[in-house]
Amino acid sequence: MTGDKPISGNFDTFPKLLAENARLRGDKPASREKDFGIWLSWTWGQVAEEVRAIACGLAALGVKRGDKVTICGDNRPHLYWSMTAVQALGAIPVPVYQDSVADEMLYIYEHAEAKFAIVENQEQVDKLLEIRDRAPALEHIVYKFPRGMRDYDQPFLHLLADIEDRGRAFDGENPDFYQSSVAQSTGADTAIMLYTSGTTGRPKGVILSFDNLIITGRNGVIRENLTEDEDMLAYLPMAWIGDNIFSIAQAYVTGFCVSCPESSETVLEDLREIGPTYFFAPPRIYESLLTTVMIRIEDAARIKQRMFHYFMGVARRVGMDILDAKPVPLGDRLLYWLGNILVYAPLKNVLGLSKVRVAYTAGEAIGPDIFIFYRSLGLNLKQMYASTEASVFITIHPDGDVRPDTSGTPAIDVEVKIADDGEVMFRSPGVFQAYYKNDEETRSTKTEDGWVHTGDAGFLDDEGHLHIIDRSKDVGKMTDGTMFAPKFIENKLKFFPHIKEAVTFGDDRDYVAAFINIDLESVGNWAERRNLAYMGYTDLAGQEPVYKLISECVAQVNADLAADPHLAGSQIKRFLILHKELDADDGELTRTRKVRRAIVAEKYADLIDALYSDKDHCPIEAEVTFEDGRTGIINADLRIWQAPLSEPRADSRSAPAEAAE
Amino acid sequence: MTTERKFGDVLLDVEGISISFGGVKALDRVSFDVKEHEILAIIGPNGAGKSSMLNCINGFYHPQEGMITFKGVPRHQMRPHEAASQGIARTFQNIALFKGMSTLDNIMTGRNLKMKKNFLWQALYFGPARAEEMEHRAAVENVIDFLEIEAIRKTPVGKLPYGLQKRVELGRALAAEPDLLLLDEPMAGMNLEEKQDMCRFILDVNDEFGTTIVLIEHDMSVVMDISDRVVVLDYGRKIADGSPDEVRANPDVINAYLGVGHD
Repeated sequence: MTGDKPISGNFDTFPKLLAENARLRGDKPASREKDFGIWLSWTWGQVAEEVRAIACGLAALGVKRGDKVTICGDNRPHLYWSMTAVQALGAIPVPVYQDSVADEMLYIYEHAEAKFAIVENQEQVDKLLEIRDRAPALEHIVYKFPRGMRDYDQPFLHLLADIEDRGRAFDGENPDFYQSSVAQSTGADTAIMLYTSGTTGRPKGVILSFDNLIITGRNGVIRENLTEDEDMLAYLPMAWIGDNIFSIAQAYVTGFCVSCPESSETVLEDLREIGPTYFFAPPRIYESLLTTVMIRIEDAARIKQRMFHYFMGVARRVGMDILDAKPVPLGDRLLYWLGNILVYAPLKNVLGLSKVRVAYTAGEAIGPDIFIFYRSLGLNLKQMYASTEASVFITIHPDGDVRPDTSGTPAIDVEVKIADDGEVMFRSPGVFQAYYKNDEETRSTKTEDGWVHTGDAGFLDDEGHLHIIDRSKDVGKMTDGTMFAPKFIENKLKFFPHIKEAVTFGDDRDYVAAFINIDLESVGNWAERRNLAYMGYTDLAGQEPVYKLISECVAQVNADLAADPHLAGSQIKRFLILHKELDADDGELTRTRKVRRAIVAEKYADLIDALYSDKDHCPIEAEVTFEDGRTGIINADLRIWQAPLSEPRADSRSAPAEAAE
Repeated sequence: MTTERKFGDVLLDVEGISISFGGVKALDRVSFDVKEHEILAIIGPNGAGKSSMLNCINGFYHPQEGMITFKGVPRHQMRPHEAASQGIARTFQNIALFKGMSTLDNIMTGRNLKMKKNFLWQALYFGPARAEEMEHRAAVENVIDFLEIEAIRKTPVGKLPYGLQKRVELGRALAAEPDLLLLDEPMAGMNLEEKQDMCRFILDVNDEFGTTIVLIEHDMSVVMDISDRVVVLDYGRKIADGSPDEVRANPDVINAYLGVGHD
């Protein structure tokens, strides 16, 4: 490793950093993409030229300083370059979630008044053509892939390659244009506008400056000692703040290479081929990787199963300590070494995580079992506490002091405090500028002196680690005064591989009740093993043995809750398994897969009433939106089960070390 | 985005074809033609002779009477591989893939007739054989990209769901870069979403590569949506030939399908 220092603060915008990278490491790869089965790469020098061509082409098309340009598609190098190109012109890129349906996009186009759109393919162009009448500001659409676009002859549609050609011609005629345009922007200018999906209400446009992103990114680089030799796979949506920090800001500051997967379905294979050293995934990805591993182990030969379970036992006992460089007896070290040869290394290799130096997770709480599983394998997995309003980093687990039950200590230059009502607040160089066209919301989120309300309830422990309990506004009280923290209980439920999603109710109620979504892959495999026939999700979810299986999970959660005197009263008394999976297309989840409680509560009011009655079943008719946008009706008669409750106990038996103050 | 569809000259001319198996007359003096760039559907009740017709076109059956002219060249006795090297590729009603081989390898078999080096060269995998292999692999990757099956490139096809297997089979036919593509019930047994995908691919193939397509299909909504022209067979005879709307209104077709008594 050459271990170059991150590029200094004199280069305060992405276009300036790009030029510096092209000068320092013009021949090193900057972007990779798998296309037609082959990894293609572009050096920093080539990327700088591409960005310059796109920028000049967009200028020729009429993009002016301050214009909003939406970017929409899967992770593609050309779309990343387009962002930088837009910034080079002093215009503002607005990435949009690529799986949004046309109506969701319409809101963003209206609100941001975007004049230009740069999109990936025909699918996105079609959505824009659908809303174009209602988004009058939209003037031009540029697309990357011509496939299927043969018969589209509207004059406002442009192929990105043509724009680049136009740009090169324009550049030839105005050789000083690009340089002077880049020089006009400074760190304080707006770099990007991101729409947060939000679990309530309309999305908000978060305005972030170059300083926000670059300083925060650089601080992260310093904390984890990232170098230009890192490899990163950019597979999470470009409209999400994390991708903007990991795949853009930190890549530009250190000069490491960012690879784009072939398609969203090939990510796991691409992960194996790239072997990233720096990796981010939300908990559900780690969960689904683990579920796949466990399913395959159950199918393996007896001897392999025994070897796996034996060495995983060794890893659980000493793996975490070895990773944290704590003293471990020689015998265990030898066993772990052997386990590494036989199990851990091959397993990490299959998962594509062999070379990972730093892996992050955030967004939701990760199950302690899952977290410990990966760390004991020797994978340096860390939790962090992040938000769009902070340009990602608020707290991160420090090396050598990683605990599954905390979100770590404040990142460099970040101050964290707990307000009197228990809400977590922070102040950092990454704090957002404002919400676009929403001063009221800006004022209520950000104080005069730069502190931001997170809306999360939590506390700092004696060692300075932050513990997050729940969304403040979700924490409620039951009729007998017991604290009810829905997400805390739901996370405990979701830590079981058979449970994919859970929604609990209890605020202002006599007892806690829950909706459960089973994990089709995991429960399906379980059912196959027992020769249990099923036709699909709805059928499987309604079967008695499945209820029994879930009931055992709920009973275990209740036992955990009973171990804590504060929470013993919030045990789950009744539950049902939903007839369909909660889905972002039906508005029940956000695009980042967080439950929208208010919408679920409203939509399934009948079911909630039934949970709080003495009925043992409840008929339901629900409207679902199919992938092609049409809607249909699902009919089902849902059973409602009583869950086994546990006696409150003072001693904690198997309860994972969880925070519950 | 519908623009005026343009067709070229007659690519395939079928003239008075008859074939019988023992006493059963599978095809009885059937004539039609297919123009370049056209999508032609052959429909008809079970046993109407649709698959026999495809088998005649790709040289698997030899008609006892009549003449098939392809690209202006009349042909007599012809083996299927000769038809294939002339630019005719097909898929089958019951999937005929190599179940144990990967998607990639299955599609690669579609390039077989285009491989010029003998197997010794290929076994050595050296020099020109290697260059050739790379060229074919590139062509296969094109097909994989086109059909959006990157994620199953290395999966054995036996493990794939039915709809995807159908798509792989289409991929193998496309890998031969045919001028005429014969599809035998491409949507059979598919769910709605798979059918929509398949329709889109068929239209895209026709559009992007200019491939002429003859397909047999039972799903009438599919046939009426995507074909330019429909030929209806019943008991081995052609009873209608025209645009989807004309065929829909044809009383003979209605009779054949609704089972009203024959004279």
